[in-house]
Amino acid sequence: MSPRLEDENPDRLYMVTGGRSSVTDDALDMVTLIVSECEPTPGMQSEHARILRLCRSPTAVVEIAAELRMPVSVVCILLCDLLDTGRVTARKPRPAPAETRLPDPEILKQVLVGLQKL
Amino acid sequence: MDSRSSEPVARIPLPSSATTGLKIVIVGGFGVGKTTMVKSVSEIRPLSTEETMTRAGVGIDDARGVEAKSTTTVAFDFGRISLNEELVLYLFGAPGQERFWFLWDRLFTGTLGAVVLVDTRRLADSWYAIDRLEHHGMPFIVAHNQFGESTHSLDQIRDALDLAHDVPLIACDARQRESSKAVLITLVNHLYALSSARQVTS
Repeated sequence: MSPRLEDENPDRLYMVTGGRSSVTDDALDMVTLIVSECEPTPGMQSEHARILRLCRSPTAVVEIAAELRMPVSVVCILLCDLLDTGRVTARKPRPAPAETRLPDPEILKQVLVGLQKL
Repeated sequence: MDSRSSEPVARIPLPSSATTGLKIVIVGGFGVGKTTMVKSVSEIRPLSTEETMTRAGVGIDDARGVEAKSTTTVAFDFGRISLNEELVLYLFGAPGQERFWFLWDRLFTGTLGAVVLVDTRRLADSWYAIDRLEHHGMPFIVAHNQFGESTHSLDQIRDALDLAHDVPLIACDARQRESSKAVLITLVNHLYALSSARQVTS
């Protein structure tokens, strides 16, 4: 792996991901909300434990990355481990109709109301 | 400026009822006010995170003398607005230069729409971004960040950007919460009009 982060040791990123550099599963979006389904256990990899603590309330993938100070792609690999073992669940964004790329008008109405209340 | 937020901040957790994350991307050149806009409306202090690209063959870097590398790291800022008990809107400030587009593929998936933030000192910075948005079929509006002073009319800017007449163009002051809020509302109204029209015709 090439050095990626100015203030990060690449070896550590290699270690935390077990040497994997990409996720085949494309299921995680940056704003997918992640929720813990269990508490950290002794002996658990520390990054996994941190994610479980962070996600006691729903937390977006990108927020986890910012808190852990790791690239989003590395966090996705860690999350896939936790998802595979059922220790977290993902609340996925509602997919937009693929052919239009335009969101549902009902969702947009709710967004407007929310923004107007700001 | 795209400042990194490195100091620890108290996290403001989302309610357990939150189910859906939504995205709006604010794109523009360096120093145009993306992070300022995110900050003015976000309920959290803008956070910064990084994404990496390892594939080769990126475009030419705008910074002269720096060769394109096969691995690029880009930091981007984001903020958050809880719209209601279930919907959470994330605002991403994304650099618009050609070499950052690898980030966009990921950001754009599922994005509601985009705001292209321009300032008249560096209008050319926006051409590439607008071109790519049109190419991707991603709906967008253009906001002219005036920093409180207007030296160009919106018509002049529309001409300079060669912007289609059905793309909303508005003036804003990214430092002002109400102004940034108006930009987002303009975008969502535009999306709503497009989306409703699509539903009628389909």
